Amino acid sequence: MTIKLIQNRKNWVWPYVAILCFFVILPLVLIGIYAFTNQQGEFTIQNFVQFFQKSEAVNTFIYSVTIAVITTLICIVLGYPAAYFMAMQSFRTPAVMSMLFILPMWINFLLRTLATVELFHMFNLPLGEGALLFGMCYDFLPFMIYPIYNTLQKIDVSLLEASQDLGANRWETFIKVIVPLSLPGVYSGIIMVFMPTVSTFAISELLTQNKITLFGSLIQRSFGEGGITMWNYGAALSLIMLIIIGLTSFFGNDDNEDINRQA
Amino acid sequence: MKSEYIIEVNHVSKQFEDGKFALDDVSLQVRKGEFVTILGPSGCGKTTLLRCIAGFQVATSGDILLNGEDVTEMPPNERPVNTVFQKYALFPHLNVYENVAFGLKLKKIEPHEIEKRVKKALKMVSMSDYEYRDVDSLSGGQQQRVAIARAIINEPEVLLLDEPLSALDRKMRSDMQLELREMHDKLGITFIYVTHDQEEALTLSDRIVVMREGKIQQVGAPTDIYNEPQNCFVADFIGESNIFDATMVKDKLVHFCDHDFECVDKGFGEDTEVDVVVRPEDWYITEVGNRDEKEGPWQLFGEIKTCIFKGVHYHMTLLTDDGYELEVQDYHAFEPGTRVALLVKPEDIQVMKKSRLCNTFRGKMAEDNQVEFLDELWDVNERTADRFAVGEEVDIEVDFNHINLQDDEEDGTLSGEVYFILYKGDHYHLQVRTDDGDDIYVDTNDIWDKGDRVGIKIAPSWIRLYKVEG
Repeated sequence: MTIKLIQNRKNWVWPYVAILCFFVILPLVLIGIYAFTNQQGEFTIQNFVQFFQKSEAVNTFIYSVTIAVITTLICIVLGYPAAYFMAMQSFRTPAVMSMLFILPMWINFLLRTLATVELFHMFNLPLGEGALLFGMCYDFLPFMIYPIYNTLQKIDVSLLEASQDLGANRWETFIKVIVPLSLPGVYSGIIMVFMPTVSTFAISELLTQNKITLFGSLIQRSFGEGGITMWNYGAALSLIMLIIIGLTSFFGNDDNEDINRQA
Repeated sequence: MKSEYIIEVNHVSKQFEDGKFALDDVSLQVRKGEFVTILGPSGCGKTTLLRCIAGFQVATSGDILLNGEDVTEMPPNERPVNTVFQKYALFPHLNVYENVAFGLKLKKIEPHEIEKRVKKALKMVSMSDYEYRDVDSLSGGQQQRVAIARAIINEPEVLLLDEPLSALDRKMRSDMQLELREMHDKLGITFIYVTHDQEEALTLSDRIVVMREGKIQQVGAPTDIYNEPQNCFVADFIGESNIFDATMVKDKLVHFCDHDFECVDKGFGEDTEVDVVVRPEDWYITEVGNRDEKEGPWQLFGEIKTCIFKGVHYHMTLLTDDGYELEVQDYHAFEPGTRVALLVKPEDIQVMKKSRLCNTFRGKMAEDNQVEFLDELWDVNERTADRFAVGEEVDIEVDFNHINLQDDEEDGTLSGEVYFILYKGDHYHLQVRTDDGDDIYVDTNDIWDKGDRVGIKIAPSWIRLYKVEG
């Protein structure tokens, strides 16, 4: 009987289902319940009303999204050329370059952020917004480079030759063929960078010495410092962020289809 | 000054980074409006030649003229040529219409003019209803049509086609061949077409350029290439053939398969060694039965070994009484075991000059009765060695049939790989390429496969040495 149970591969899925239920679905349900109840466990939308009434909270939210957008943009501007040079065959050192880009990722990002703080101290640079942006770009740049590098690398050389053959010079080929074909990679990169930056709190705490509060920190404080009384409010904030991130991944789903289509 | 030719390739060589020559002193002239096919096995350099004309590769030496203008180093986007790529290379992010319009949009042509021309080009390739389709949703044949439309819409002076039909199935391929030929006649554009398919080349071309190992073997009209191949490689590559070692006894008389045949060739000299080709369909065949064999005009006699039905004809192999194996095609089937007589008309015997009569090398005398050539030391007879001083340069000759191939490459003085095999009726003529890239030609009765690793041995007595002339 037991053997039969193991032999049927369909049964192998159950442990994972259990894990998912306990660690993903259950917490999500709990967040939902907390967000829509008060401390007495009665249904309310007061938590959300509270958020929208507090201009400070809304401003933090907008500020966080803005910082995330700026970080993402900087990562595109820095990451695209890096990925492009790595993917071009004329540079015969993509392995070395990939290695150098991946190397910082071997170290925990908290340690790297602490090191960044020390770096700023060493050069007597002020910690604050600039340091925050620097730190976030530094941490998340590889997540932008890789997806772009991947799509660029998969572009068939004959497409570039076809473009040249039809009269396009290098620049026209880049704009009309390479860029459109690498967009799926850029979209993936955007999601990979935007998602973690919009919800980060550790980097901002370390690099601004708690001077700047991001939305992630707000949530963290609701649970950490406020004690049990703030949990419902924190859950509501989490839900709002979840929706924002959810929206960006819908944006991503379309692109994944694009990538599949090209493959 | 306008040149008589639209394309002139003058002594073009292309050497890759690893030192190998993809093109070795290739010269070719193409007239305006011609349909020229570059034909050869894979790795013969045909695609490299096309890419040099398109501009994707730059020749190491030599030059390429387009309309009399030197374009050897001109980038592809400035050349008045367009290419149809082997795997179509359609832009996946654009639909059919946008793909076809790509070249015109770059030239900043008026949108309504573009629309008119795209519609015309798509009509030309029978793809009118597919304008707004995604290119990935098209079949291979449809993609190929779009690729052709995308190239011809720019009205190039020369259209380059790189094995454009190789990915299509047989039926589709023959349909597209006819359409391409029609398109060529209608457009009046010069076509340069690369293929490894000899049938395709024979069907389509005004002229065929046969290439091998970076060199042009023969240039000529399809009938010339088929009926009068200039060497064994061309004869073997194009169509099926019986190739024999032969001796030109005198003008219009050639001896092979132990028989004297009348032929139409002359000017080879007397008692000259030559190669002879007879196409399988050029043999006349009849059953001998109880007749007196010496009666009538029949030249060879033998027994049918195999008989295979090929659709229109039967393909038979037979063994002559003197031990030569022949390929014969006829509309009638002759069962294995049947005794038959054969006849070939003088004009159906193609006599070819031999490119070499024996292996020749240049080397140097070493000590202890040894001679050094192909970077190895070889033993020679003492009597032979005594005629030369140590260190003296010598010419070395070894007959094809005195080279000994060993299964185990360790057993040879030199090791190499069987590179090309030609069956000559009663033996195989092999080209063995050594690891250093030198060629040794071997006649053998043993059966080897292309790519076999072999050890090469030569008995001392079969190495002939000569003083270097001049």
